[in-house]
Amino acid sequence: MPKLTIDGKEIEVAPGTRVIEAAKRVSVDAPYYCYHPGLSIAGNCRMCLVEVEKMPKLQIACHLQATDGMVVRTHTERVLKTRQHILEFLLVNHPLDCPVCDQAGECWLQDYYMKHGLYDSRVSEDKNKKPKAVPIGPTVMLDAERCILCSRCIRFCDEVSKTSELGIINRGDHGEIAVFPGKELNNPYSGNVVDICPVGALTDRDFRFKMRVWYLKEEDSLCNGCSRGCNIQVHYNLDRPHHTGGERVMRLKPRFNEDVNKWWMCDEGRYGYKFHDQNRILQTAARTGGKFQEKTWEVLIPEVARRISEGRTAVLVSPQLSNEEIFLIRKVFAEKLGSQDLFLLSPNADGFQDDILIRADKNPNTRGAAELGFKASPEALQNLAEQINRGEIKGLVVFGQDVYERFEKLGIKAELNRLAWSVFIGSNHNLMSESATYVLPSATYVEKEGTFTNFEGRVQKFNKVLEPLGQARSEWEILEALARELGHGLSYAAAEEIFHELALAEPFFHGMDYEKMTRGGSDIRSMAMPTIPALEQQDNLL
Amino acid sequence: MEKLISKYFVPGKTFSLTEFEQDGGYQAAHAVFDKFPDPKALVEEVKKSNLRGLGGAGFPAGMKWSLVPQNTGKPVYLVVNADEGEPGTFKDKYIMRHVPHLLLEGMIIAAYANNVHKAYIYIRGEYTHPYDMLQKAVKEAYDKGYLGKKIFGREFALDVVVHRGAGAYICGEETGLLESLEGKKGFPRLKPPFPAVVGLFGCPTVINNVETLSYLPYIINRGAEWFAKLGSEKNGGLRLFSVSGHVQKPGVYELPLGVSLREIIYTHAGGIRGDRKLKAVVPGGLSAAIFRADEIDVGMDFDQLRAKNTMAGSAGVIVMDETTCIVKALYVTMRFYGHESCGQCSPCREGTGWVSKILRRVAEGRGRTGDVNNLLDICSFMGGTTICALADGAAMPLRSYIEKFREEFEYYVTHGKSMVDGAALETAAAAVAH
Repeated sequence: MPKLTIDGKEIEVAPGTRVIEAAKRVSVDAPYYCYHPGLSIAGNCRMCLVEVEKMPKLQIACHLQATDGMVVRTHTERVLKTRQHILEFLLVNHPLDCPVCDQAGECWLQDYYMKHGLYDSRVSEDKNKKPKAVPIGPTVMLDAERCILCSRCIRFCDEVSKTSELGIINRGDHGEIAVFPGKELNNPYSGNVVDICPVGALTDRDFRFKMRVWYLKEEDSLCNGCSRGCNIQVHYNLDRPHHTGGERVMRLKPRFNEDVNKWWMCDEGRYGYKFHDQNRILQTAARTGGKFQEKTWEVLIPEVARRISEGRTAVLVSPQLSNEEIFLIRKVFAEKLGSQDLFLLSPNADGFQDDILIRADKNPNTRGAAELGFKASPEALQNLAEQINRGEIKGLVVFGQDVYERFEKLGIKAELNRLAWSVFIGSNHNLMSESATYVLPSATYVEKEGTFTNFEGRVQKFNKVLEPLGQARSEWEILEALARELGHGLSYAAAEEIFHELALAEPFFHGMDYEKMTRGGSDIRSMAMPTIPALEQQDNLL
Repeated sequence: MEKLISKYFVPGKTFSLTEFEQDGGYQAAHAVFDKFPDPKALVEEVKKSNLRGLGGAGFPAGMKWSLVPQNTGKPVYLVVNADEGEPGTFKDKYIMRHVPHLLLEGMIIAAYANNVHKAYIYIRGEYTHPYDMLQKAVKEAYDKGYLGKKIFGREFALDVVVHRGAGAYICGEETGLLESLEGKKGFPRLKPPFPAVVGLFGCPTVINNVETLSYLPYIINRGAEWFAKLGSEKNGGLRLFSVSGHVQKPGVYELPLGVSLREIIYTHAGGIRGDRKLKAVVPGGLSAAIFRADEIDVGMDFDQLRAKNTMAGSAGVIVMDETTCIVKALYVTMRFYGHESCGQCSPCREGTGWVSKILRRVAEGRGRTGDVNNLLDICSFMGGTTICALADGAAMPLRSYIEKFREEFEYYVTHGKSMVDGAALETAAAAVAH
């Protein structure tokens, strides 16, 4: 194990470790643009030049491998001066259009200038002109003048998405990023190039000009777009509804997790956030005659509870729900009320899949549901339809899903009309919400907290970022209220308490500590569960 | 002085295989297999010859070969650098045009020494005539059984592919060349690993210049010691000096390493044209630091020139007489680097372009106080901070032209015109440097 010294701090690292990584570990600042731990080394920005004893030339810390006895200095006058001049070079042809640049506020040119530059400009020559505001794909906009040609985006498309749409055309200071002829930057992971672009060259067509980044707040969460469970950050704003049309969630960004998604997320997940603010069910309501009428929680909870207690009620559980919510459904309906009529309805379980991140199963918690005893089965649903047909099951509790659409696929849609009553507990309007007897608005995953178990059996936590819209409540609160009304005194102060109970009751969750997951699953490694191959097969069901 | 390679430089003539053989050609390639049953002994022989890399870097050729690992399970490639892009250099063109078989013979020897069975010649795109001659020679050699599956009827295969570049200076940089040969953009690679270990298509690769390889037959025929003695200490043999500029007789002169620059200019190239006074000389291709007229008593080998803070480089001797405006000369020089920088590393990409824009402005008579100091300052952060040596090659003339002729630059800035010819460049319609 080579032991080296960086700015007087000794550190032992694994053989082959790059000095730039060793420096990070002893909290030494070695600035860089082109280096990215998830990509190959390009070594072109030259920002990370450091002084190494016994080497006459400055060395780039991103390429230099640590060796035993190496003595590295990152803050000598020579290094600092060089850094300043590298920045000067990078800005020679830069348009300095920060006031109209969407990257402003999260731009590494700005940040490093404030930290390492702070010189007066000596550039009095005309700057080279290059294309600006070029849409190079459905999600990404290119400004070639702002580009510092670090080649991160090219390397991403070559090495991670493996789609190779991008290259550098022309030479010298006329070089620019471009899409190869006949192509566009349109792959399932295009949005990541915006994340890794250190400057304003690549901006997000979905996000650009929606909001200055310094107005954004951020909170850790999980993507609910598929069973991978990519770690994300939700960027939101509540203070400027006049600019956003009242929408709160502005964008999602991937959050590093070595074991799950590394630095990346897919476009489907990235741009699939609009449902938090659009098409939401805001009002508790009940259908009388043909029309919906607004009614309060206080009226509807006893009414739904009464209908449940009147006869056999089927419950359609969703793999979109958290472990805690599924556990609570099972507890209320199966254990307390003794119902046998609980079914898992698993929509979109056979979508696109690749060997990068995207999973065929578009539900975040299929594995969690399975561990709690819920498995999707077309036969069971056929059976349910027959029981409804025979009038044995009178009521239906639906969580979130568009049951109409799902039943139509199974050819049993007509049976739904034979129900005496149904309740839809969900966050967004769909055919089911339009036709249910009762509609109880629930929170989206950014409006509540809980855990999902991903396809590998990794339990991760998502945090509450925002308050529920309108009258929406989280599912566990609704379940708790129904249970209380049905005479089963459940009382939880938070989702966390349900998890504690779950961890005690269910072998799969034994020993897991909610506290350790407070930062959205950061400590998941200790809770990693072995993959059960049989469960993998379920992806193709329904 | 006996001519080795340059004896073939007969105007208008290309030696065919038959003619080359009649002159003793291919004897060394025939003999090398029996003379050195162990290729390692051949590598040692070349080491003893003090043959240096004549493309410009001057790295000892035998040493370079000994760095190639033979136990990787991968093939070893030989790549001939025939890109000859260094301004002021035109020797390889002569070899390929007049005696392409000499290069092929050298390649067979190098291939045997390094256990190579596939060799590529990367030839500068503009060299259309040399390319045709080379292709013709390769065909002749294949037809005669000197290349192919069993060369000279022996159990040794060697295939040669001639690949034309597309006119980028950076593709003469050996790793830029490899990228280009692999079909990619000519971006020099980060080192280590060096091409000897991870080169063409990820395999160990020997990269040698045309001229370096062309001296190998002589070393085999007459011995390493004879060759070493031709040159100066640690700088074996002769080399081809490309002399251009304001001399009476520009051309290619084959002279021993270590010959004095004065001798090259005044004895061989016939002195300065029109009996004018010598002003400055670039000794080793455009990227070498310039000499003033009073600095030409220097031995032209790799080590002596390094000691004078310049380099032997590609032996492109560019002679400038007293009518030359150094400021304009530097502007033209820097425009070249700005045009040819691959654009990978920020100091080179932005530095070369910026410097040439400043010089353009100065040369147009729009210079400002501080320009000269700024140029020197920019220069000091361009050299030594990049992946390849292009930026160093730009920084060397930039610094040396200014330091050695500073008064001309100051005059130009102050007066808005040249101290030498009293004129400024016409302002370009668009003041864009290139």
